[in-house]
Amino acid sequence: MTLLTAHGLTRRFGGIHAVENVDFALGEGEIRAIIGPNGAGKTTFVGMICGRIEPSEGRIEFAGADITGLGPWDRVAAGIAYTFQITSIFRNLSCFENVALGVQRSRSHRGGRWWPKRAEIADGVAASLATVGLAERAEQTAGSLAYGHQRLLEIAIGLALAPRLLILDEPTQGLSDREIESFCALMKRLSAETTILLIEHNMPVVMALADRITVMDNGRILAEGTADAVRNNPRVREAYLGT
Amino acid sequence: MSGPVRHREDRRGIALQAGAILILLLLQFVLPDYHHTNVARILVLATFAAGYNLLLGYTGLLSLGHAMFFAAGLYGAGLSAQHLGLPMPAAFLAGVLAGLTFSILVGLVALRTTGVAFMIVTLMLAQACFLIILYFNDFTRGDEGFVLSAEMRRGTIFGFGYDLSDPNVRYGLALLLFAVASTGCYRLVRSPVGRVLVAIRENEARTAMLGYRTFLYKLFALGLSGTISASAGAAYGLLFSYVGATFASIQYSILPLLWVLLGGAGTILGPLLGALLMFYIVEFASEQTSSYMLVVGAALLLLVMFFPKGILGTLRDRYWRWLP
Repeated sequence: MTLLTAHGLTRRFGGIHAVENVDFALGEGEIRAIIGPNGAGKTTFVGMICGRIEPSEGRIEFAGADITGLGPWDRVAAGIAYTFQITSIFRNLSCFENVALGVQRSRSHRGGRWWPKRAEIADGVAASLATVGLAERAEQTAGSLAYGHQRLLEIAIGLALAPRLLILDEPTQGLSDREIESFCALMKRLSAETTILLIEHNMPVVMALADRITVMDNGRILAEGTADAVRNNPRVREAYLGT
Repeated sequence: MSGPVRHREDRRGIALQAGAILILLLLQFVLPDYHHTNVARILVLATFAAGYNLLLGYTGLLSLGHAMFFAAGLYGAGLSAQHLGLPMPAAFLAGVLAGLTFSILVGLVALRTTGVAFMIVTLMLAQACFLIILYFNDFTRGDEGFVLSAEMRRGTIFGFGYDLSDPNVRYGLALLLFAVASTGCYRLVRSPVGRVLVAIRENEARTAMLGYRTFLYKLFALGLSGTISASAGAAYGLLFSYVGATFASIQYSILPLLWVLLGGAGTILGPLLGALLMFYIVEFASEQTSSYMLVVGAALLLLVMFFPKGILGTLRDRYWRWLP
């Protein structure tokens, strides 16, 4: 089943076409990677999906409904979570508070209550932190975490939203090899429950994780397919790999 | 595990809050007359500061126009008592309602801006209010203001007689107002809504991406902050029987900012501590010299140099991380 589709999605900044007439479809349960050189329009493209950036033209459908005109808050409610390229946790708050913001959002308006009970929030936080391996650090101030842990916290916040689609913008940037390894394992576990769309520069990560790969260049989709198909596509080799 | 830690923090916070109110309750029996009246005044002003703190300390919005909310309560209550002859409890409610309506209207306009623009818009609106009060001089008595008669300030409620010129009644009501406002703020900031407000203070764009309509939360914070400030204004006018335009002037927009910064923005008891200290610093300095604002200025300079997060904010950073 198709979870997300984009039709003719376009975004112009002044005279620059950051994203131009992109058609895109993402199946439920898939892990999809978007790759492409810097400035290809990857971040702008996912920004339009999660509602951070308004499209100049085009239409976005999520789970069968048109979400083009919705604000980011409504898209979160629909099940789209986004984690930032530049770590964007709440640095002065504890890890618990960071994740609690996601948990209380995804569990609000349930069972006739505006907000979940405190115990329910605490359980949700504990579960999200445990998933990414930060359970022991709940009370630590987020800004004092090591960089790799901050990235994991960012993912935990996204997970706390219980999304149907988790969008990750360069999640492995700045991580050590060991951290990348455990990140990949985490993504594989998560993909059982949620669809994952990630922008990634690290090719081994992309090859290891992605079911399919979308290659962007100059605001357009250059190629799409399995890792092998993309690797052997002559246009991709020319534009992206430089050979 | 985070559960027990959080409960312990909560218990300490509640104990501190209850302790502070208990001390204030007992204080009235030992204070000499002069200070008795001062502390009653300070409690009302601290309520004003608590309202201000909700916006600055917890939501991260710096308003330079809170005098307009204080004045909305002051005039809402004062004018309805003076011209409509409402009894005191009804006049108080009129003041609170005036503040609520007014702060929502202001919010709808001012919250379209952020940062410096928000400061300027609130400053400008407050000045406009000040000038309106002067303009309708016939009605408001402008700068000179008006005094609520002793007659008006007496009455009965649910069969009990009250007299607002009785210092003990005044102290009791001032303390009740402060206790309700600050305990309400405490409960709020520990609730899921408070968590969202703090998140907006820390990073609004990120909060929106977590699925929160930040504008509505900010409107809620401004509405509540304005209403608490207005309730302080209404109480001030009715308890101390004077309603005048000075309370709508820029000075009364800056004062709550100073009290909150001195006591500690984003701490529950900071507004009280700040208002108390500032009141007595001014009091002490003006006994010594006619240029007492110099002393106040020096005090603020020291504050910025050594306690940039205010007294309680610095103590929280250094020693008591659990401090609410």
